[in-house]
Amino acid sequence: MADKPTFREEIAGLLHASMGNPLDMCMQCGTCSATCPVASGGFMDNSPRRIIAMINAGLKERVLKSNTYWYCASCYHCTVRCPRGIDIAELMYGLKRYTVWHAKTQEDLIGPVFSETFVKMIVRTGRSFEPVLATSYLFTLGLPEMIQEAQTATTLMLKGRLPLLPARIKRLDNFKRVLKRIIPLGDPDA
Amino acid sequence: MKKYAYFPGCSLEKMARSYHDSAIETLRRLDVELEELEDWNCCGATAYFHVDELLAYTLCARNLAQAEKQHLDVVAPCSGCYKNMFSTRAHLQHEPDLADHINYALEADNLKFTGTSAVRHLIEVFVQDIGMDAVKAKVTHPLRGLRVAPYYGCQILRPRKDQEDVEQAHFFEDLIAAIGATPVEYELKLRCCGGALIITNRKAALSLVRNLLQSAAAAKADVIATACPLCQVNLECYQKLVNQEFGTSFNMPVLYFTQLVGLAFGLPPKKLGIGTELVSAEPVICHARSKPS
Repeated sequence: MADKPTFREEIAGLLHASMGNPLDMCMQCGTCSATCPVASGGFMDNSPRRIIAMINAGLKERVLKSNTYWYCASCYHCTVRCPRGIDIAELMYGLKRYTVWHAKTQEDLIGPVFSETFVKMIVRTGRSFEPVLATSYLFTLGLPEMIQEAQTATTLMLKGRLPLLPARIKRLDNFKRVLKRIIPLGDPDA
Repeated sequence: MKKYAYFPGCSLEKMARSYHDSAIETLRRLDVELEELEDWNCCGATAYFHVDELLAYTLCARNLAQAEKQHLDVVAPCSGCYKNMFSTRAHLQHEPDLADHINYALEADNLKFTGTSAVRHLIEVFVQDIGMDAVKAKVTHPLRGLRVAPYYGCQILRPRKDQEDVEQAHFFEDLIAAIGATPVEYELKLRCCGGALIITNRKAALSLVRNLLQSAAAAKADVIATACPLCQVNLECYQKLVNQEFGTSFNMPVLYFTQLVGLAFGLPPKKLGIGTELVSAEPVICHARSKPS
């Protein structure tokens, strides 16, 4: 029987479709961390450079506990600057998916809840609708922030910039059948 | 008349309605018609790619297949939608097995992806397909003396599509110059606005927005021009929060490039959706009015 893949190999598998080079090409130069506006602003617990070192060292639990990839804004600046041609932003996507599917995300992160709410909404209607999305994060905010957010939303609504009714696509049944052929989602009419 | 399949994306229906209106109006002046993509669905934003790659590709492929059915190239005004559709098309063209799998799913909606429709960002339509000379030719009210900070953001340029230089872009400056305004050089024009972090990590996003506003203000910009609804919302609608959080007093209008082009074409501000800002664009309009050619 084949051996179970190591954490390092699992992550390498996540990047199978990426055009970038494998993670063991990393020479720990830190260009990614210096480029990353979120890491260099001090908001990540582990910088992208460190996350790659941790993966290469097989430190699975510490990687999964990290907020790094959920705080990645997908700006791709690290990817275009990496002198070793590693697609670091794609790695961050891969780690997000890995933790979502393994239900291993940190509890105080809004990112995973937001992404899941978003996906469920699209599967139901085919379109995005801001007020539904708001429910995924509004209650995680402190009271002052919640009030600020409500004020911003009210102003936007008065300017006619917030939708009051959700949009949905016309061929919604077909759309659901399409998605069902990719992953079973249960009864499309349920 | 040149024609594109227009993929507005979810934000342009309401939040960024002014981008939609000004895109349609200015392109009409340039003899370009946008035919809305029939029954388009959400591109998946970043969130969908966080959860499942295959489903995310399928969402984009449905839109691409629909554009093929209309025999038109697709144009997306949002940088996120653009990147998702552009990279999906490139990826499926390189992976025929994946394309087959997705086409099996698309069959349920009588669609098929073959890759014949190219994907363009709205600003590429202006600077590449139409070209600066044609834009210049329609300018009746050059925005002389208006200092505009062109904000590229991320996903128009990144990730790299081929071997192109993504650090020295100049097309946005050229477009600003073509409408008679002065493009200002500022350090952070290619840096990220925080994107969806405005929801998922507000502290980080507000700090990125603050840095951008500071950089543009230090270069004495009168207005920031954007080409993406998320950048616009972060820079404009959250400006007040930035001021509260950091004790700053930014009052920087943030307009879509199409709104500035429209003003230079002499179109009435209302038709360009001007008046729905949270940071007043009045100084920009006054400027446009005071300098007729």
